[in-house]
Amino acid sequence: MRLGLMAVPVAFFALFFAYPVTAIVGRGLKAEGDWQFGRIGEVLSRPDILDVLWFTTWQALASTALTLLIALPGAYVFARFDFPGKQVLRAVVTVPFVLPTVVVGTAFLALLGRGGLLDELWGVRLDTTVWAILLAHVFFNYAVVVRTVGGLWSQLDPRQEEAARVLGAGRFAAFRRVTLPALAPAVAAAALMVFLFTFTSFGVVQILGGPAYSTLEVEIYRQTAQLLDLPTAAVLTLVQFAAVGGILAVHAATVRRRERALKLVDPAQTSRRPRGVGQWALLGGVLLTALLLILLPLGVLVERSLDGGDGPGGYGFGYYEALQSVGAGGSSTFLVPPLEAVGNSLRYALVATLIALVVGGLAAAALTRRAGRLVRGFDALLMLPLGVSAVTVGFGFLITLDKPPLDLRTSWILVPLAQALVGVPFVVRTMLPVLRAVDDRLREAAAVLGASPLRAWREVDLPLVRRAVLVAAGFAFAVSLGEFGATVFIARPDNPTLPVAVARLLGRSGELNYGQAMALSTILMLVCAVSLLLLERIRTDRSGEF
Amino acid sequence: MLSLQAATVRFGERAALDAVDLEVADHRIVCVLGPSGSGKSTLLRAVAGLQPMDAGRVLLAGQDQAGVPVHRRGLGLMFQDHQLFPHRDVGSNVAFGLRMHGTGRAETNARVRELLELVGLPGAERRAVAALSGGEQQRVALARALAPRPKLLMLDEPLGQLDRSLRERLVVELRTLFQELGTTVLAVTHDQGEAFALADRVVVMRDGRIAQEGTPLDVWQRPASAFVARFLGFDNVTAATVTGRAAATAWGKVPVPEGSPQGEVDLLVRPAGVRIGAPEDGLRCTVGVRTFRGNHVTVRLLPENAPVLEAECALRDTPDEGAVVGVRFDAAETVVLAGAATPSGA
Repeated sequence: MRLGLMAVPVAFFALFFAYPVTAIVGRGLKAEGDWQFGRIGEVLSRPDILDVLWFTTWQALASTALTLLIALPGAYVFARFDFPGKQVLRAVVTVPFVLPTVVVGTAFLALLGRGGLLDELWGVRLDTTVWAILLAHVFFNYAVVVRTVGGLWSQLDPRQEEAARVLGAGRFAAFRRVTLPALAPAVAAAALMVFLFTFTSFGVVQILGGPAYSTLEVEIYRQTAQLLDLPTAAVLTLVQFAAVGGILAVHAATVRRRERALKLVDPAQTSRRPRGVGQWALLGGVLLTALLLILLPLGVLVERSLDGGDGPGGYGFGYYEALQSVGAGGSSTFLVPPLEAVGNSLRYALVATLIALVVGGLAAAALTRRAGRLVRGFDALLMLPLGVSAVTVGFGFLITLDKPPLDLRTSWILVPLAQALVGVPFVVRTMLPVLRAVDDRLREAAAVLGASPLRAWREVDLPLVRRAVLVAAGFAFAVSLGEFGATVFIARPDNPTLPVAVARLLGRSGELNYGQAMALSTILMLVCAVSLLLLERIRTDRSGEF
Repeated sequence: MLSLQAATVRFGERAALDAVDLEVADHRIVCVLGPSGSGKSTLLRAVAGLQPMDAGRVLLAGQDQAGVPVHRRGLGLMFQDHQLFPHRDVGSNVAFGLRMHGTGRAETNARVRELLELVGLPGAERRAVAALSGGEQQRVALARALAPRPKLLMLDEPLGQLDRSLRERLVVELRTLFQELGTTVLAVTHDQGEAFALADRVVVMRDGRIAQEGTPLDVWQRPASAFVARFLGFDNVTAATVTGRAAATAWGKVPVPEGSPQGEVDLLVRPAGVRIGAPEDGLRCTVGVRTFRGNHVTVRLLPENAPVLEAECALRDTPDEGAVVGVRFDAAETVVLAGAATPSGA
């Protein structure tokens, strides 16, 4: 039964993930049928590659540290304080996480880049410095820390700390001895996720890094698409694969420790209005950070998309109107009006969401019961697409799925398939904890009352996880919408997706292209933000249900 | 109705059920009593088909249940903590089993109404289960289990989580209800009061085996072993050598009823059989802690060089703490238990 459920996800991952990735690695490392492992050593001793490795690692470490530094106070404020607009703000700070990396890059370009807001005001430009990348990474991952750590923090019983205080611990000692150990695994898990996302960063670095800064993923893209140096790309893919595997292994270990029984309470009971100057200052600081770091870049993005469309100095929808025609302003970047990318993206994302829900849902159902090593391994395997080079996957699709019986190269389904790969981990991550939290004896109660296993699943599990399914669908939709690394290879020129169209516009010079990129990014941001805000309503509206 | 034959369930090396034979006749209420870990919940799960057996058979109405999945056994099971479906209201919880059996809507609604009235919650159909008190949840769980008219109703610690006064009232209600409906019931509990108040027959379990089986009166009056006696709350149990109508014990000579087994045995002296008198009369003891229990007092007596004795006496006869008294024993209140060599058997 359980193996049957697993068959679909296993087949999906074998065919659309393992096969393309091994094929492309094989192509890079094989010469005349023999593996050339010597190439690994050759590539890894090149100084330019070592530079890339070094930069990838240190920027990921720096991004993670900076994110923790900025977001941990936020996690505390969201967990322990009540203030007006908290729900809305919690949703708003989550928006960046579901934003396509291309949009994040574009927004920071609008803020820090040439002709950006800071450039206009003070002549400051950061787009060729590492600061732009770091800030964009913090922007992007702020919600990861706030949600993971804050979510647990809000459920920790404050009376535990009070018990420590009564036993003679000072305020700080109580925090250090009681709260911190309980939080530590969540902090570690969040830090690892941030590290993973920033280590494999592509869209942000591609747009903000310029020629000076290049992460592994960007380098893989450069080697594959621009230099056609497949052996180097293959080696880099393997390196990234090994690194991501290592991170995920550590992550799995931390998560297991996090499952250690903690006494959790209803978050509504643990938060209260801030008291005293210190707490108000902390709240103010966090709100100011959220404003500067998250709302400002998004706001500037919107502002740029409206600026100058109707001639210099004025605001208008000129750039949006230009999106409706082919090759306006003398550029022939597109075969179709860029606005069509919106429809394409929505269609692809919907199909990708469906695939991700089916595959991820089956995997989650199969993994529900905690079991042996094999299942745990499968669990970790599902996370791999998050970290394995999307560029490699995309290019792998092109070279493997082009011959019968799987000739999909010209089929539209290729894009949703690649996007679903990154959606599945989110579906599994969202549904699994909820499914696992369903008391097995509820299923037994249903069985004793005459429900067959399938019926019991439909009557007990499904209603209890319905909200989780919706939330999972939303995340899958958002990440599918924003998927860039793989899509950029396989989206056909006459059917670009939004992120691809944005990247293409940014790749051209000229004010109109820049403006159109801002306009398209704004549209993409709005679509993502709206779907996320709808999800937040689902989450909070009926939180009293169980 | 139910017949267990050599039912065995092992968890690794440990046998949670060790070749258990058990019969539950139609319309009877059988209560399995035992400390936690004695295998009583496993017994219920094995009958329900939730726990695969390593050996032995389960027969329901003469039919071997091997290979019959849980949902086709037609049983009712009330879980320890009720396990009401949190996403359904009261009426829909009660209707669940009926829906699974394809009962029509009108009939289902009528049956739900009838059962809610039966358990004392008329008109509660639309209430959310989260809003129910513990006692109400217990009633809904009972109605849900009874609704599809199960062949056998099983109760796992039915009153375990309720407070004492509610428990005492509900146990009487349950017994009356089951007798009226003629339900066949197999209940498990660790609470002897609950078991004796509810059951026609009591089965005491220990380490996956049946330690004693009989009517509540039987078991109460003649515990089969030192284990059963101690489990029922008797502490005056000691090794003894019986010769004729007297037993040699650490407390000296204790008279035993006529026809008692002879030789090396365990002996139980009920607290009511410990008579307190003048210091020079019988076993010399110092009076220890006294516990008031309503209409009588339990007194701990500390003999010189012998185990502690518990005595029961009327309020006005209670000696002061620290007083020195003499103790005699009443043969009518002593029971010779099967010796340590034969730990079980009714």
